[in-house]
Amino acid sequence: MSALRLANITKSFGAIHALTDVSLAIEPGEVVGLMGDNGAGKSTLVKVIAGNFAPTSGELFLSERRVEFHKPLDAQRAGIEVVYQDLAICNNLSAASNVFLGRELTRQIGPFQIIDYAGMRNRAAELFARLKSETRPRDLVKRMSGGQRQAVAIARTLLSDASIVLMDEPTAAISVRQVAEVLNLIRHLRDHGIAVVLISHRMPDVFEVADKIAVLRRGRLVASKKAADSSAEEVTGLITGAIEMA
Amino acid sequence: MSQTNSITDVIDQSEHRGALSRLASHQTFWVFMAALLACLALSMLTDTFASERNLFNVSRNFAFVGIIALGMTAVIASGGIDLSVGSTVVLSAMTVAVLMSSGMPIWVGIPAALLVSVGVGLVNGALIAYAGMPPFVVTLGMLSVARSLAMVLSNNKMIYEFGPDHAVLLGLGGGSTFGLPNPLIVLAALAVLTGFLFKWTRWGQHIFAMGGNEQAAKLTGIAVRQLKVSVYVFSAVTAGLTGILEVGWLGGVTTNLGQAMELSVIAAAVIGGANLAGGVGTAFGAVVGALLIEVIRNSLILLGISTFWQGAFVGSFIVIAVAFDRFRNARSSD
Ligand SMILES: Nc1ncnc2c1ncn2[C@@H]1O[C@H](COP(=O)(O)OP(=O)(O)OP(=O)(O)O)[C@@H](O)[C@H]1O
Ligand SMILES: [Mg+2]
Repeated sequence: MSALRLANITKSFGAIHALTDVSLAIEPGEVVGLMGDNGAGKSTLVKVIAGNFAPTSGELFLSERRVEFHKPLDAQRAGIEVVYQDLAICNNLSAASNVFLGRELTRQIGPFQIIDYAGMRNRAAELFARLKSETRPRDLVKRMSGGQRQAVAIARTLLSDASIVLMDEPTAAISVRQVAEVLNLIRHLRDHGIAVVLISHRMPDVFEVADKIAVLRRGRLVASKKAADSSAEEVTGLITGAIEMA
Repeated sequence: MSQTNSITDVIDQSEHRGALSRLASHQTFWVFMAALLACLALSMLTDTFASERNLFNVSRNFAFVGIIALGMTAVIASGGIDLSVGSTVVLSAMTVAVLMSSGMPIWVGIPAALLVSVGVGLVNGALIAYAGMPPFVVTLGMLSVARSLAMVLSNNKMIYEFGPDHAVLLGLGGGSTFGLPNPLIVLAALAVLTGFLFKWTRWGQHIFAMGGNEQAAKLTGIAVRQLKVSVYVFSAVTAGLTGILEVGWLGGVTTNLGQAMELSVIAAAVIGGANLAGGVGTAFGAVVGALLIEVIRNSLILLGISTFWQGAFVGSFIVIAVAFDRFRNARSSD
């Protein structure tokens, strides 16, 4: 049973057809590398899945149940988490506070609901340990490396028990060593049975972790196949249009 | 599990060892030292500073600025600014004064004044959060509107007769308890409460999150609009409270009460470490900032320097505090 299935998704912004008739299935624990040129519609597709945009037409299924998202919170409640291109993280807060942002643990003390910092730190430490990341819960995100910030963003998805994680160019602006860290994080998510959609322009990164490659060209899905059966040359051809479809 | 515990233990230890050096790296600490030093210097240079009467006055003035600086710190930490606090002070003061001078008891006057303040905060907050207008513009407009309303309310006359509960009102703002001026006690209580709210409640956490990255706060499902409204209401209520106390202390109220007070208050908050870019600020810092401002102001008077210079000092302080912050951030982001 697919974790997520898109059926004939179309999304237009006025005269612009950002997505046309996109159908795609993603299995639990599968890493899908979503590729395409600038403006091909990758971010739009992620936003449709995450409930930021309602599709103009087409349907979404989670574990073969039809779903409709009116706002991001709907998608979040259904187990879909997004790690944003520009990381939705507060630099002025600690790693633990960021992991728990909006869903802080609290303790009842008399009439007060006070924040349970110790509880959040311990739980965050557990999550970082699960991700094999050296991020320390107390540290301010401001002072963290790009890879550690990714770990914070990804730990959030573990906390919410997400079944699908969408990542929009997580490796765009970080160093080579940090890219390796992020790819490892993705493998850990996969090992926990979480389906990952990874958007990236970096071909080697995608081939390193992806089980499946999906290519968008001008809003149309022109390929969706096992990474093992494809190659960087083929994907490049698909992106540019030198290869019509695969 | 035991492994992660030992990791956090190690972090704990390393953080405690650095407690002293961390203290020294805090702006609040240095501002506090500066205020203390200024106090020491003044008590040696003048006979009047350390006199009971002067200290009483200083502490009361300091309390008025400090109380509102607590509200202002919440606003600034949330990423906003509230220029209307000085006008809210006079509107609240005028409300309580007009009602009581018409024969109403104090238990009608004070809640009414606080309610009016809440109203000011709601209007500010709603225009900023729901209409998406810049805080600077909205609260600048309110600065003008609220003071004008106070003039309309009082017909621009001084009020110094407060009906049957006259003595109670004067005692509240002008009296003292256990030898401490009442406003100072209110400041202390409010500072502890605000510090608690900032650090230990979700409301406080969310304010700082919103000030740090509003987009992120929104994406995590925090109701940023309601949160913004609540912050401006909080600020307006601290101003309203100050208005009530100030009437009692002055024994009368005119429509120029609280004029230009927003500047001292913003200066206090910023000197106390609140970052105008949002996301940073503490209750203790606001109090310490207010203390430094008031001590400097008092010293100008005691040293015989023209009071015309006060504005220059307060204004420069804001700029210096912000410049200091810029400088520090530029260094640490290398
Ligand atoms: N909110 C919007 N309103 C109007 N047009 C939009 C909007 N969002 C995206 N588009 C258009 O939809 C098309 C697809 O954009 P999208 O951001 O999905 O591309 P992308 O594949 O993510 O590109 P990139 O690699 O540059 O991030 C583009 O033509 C873009 O201009
Ligand atoms: Mg994009």
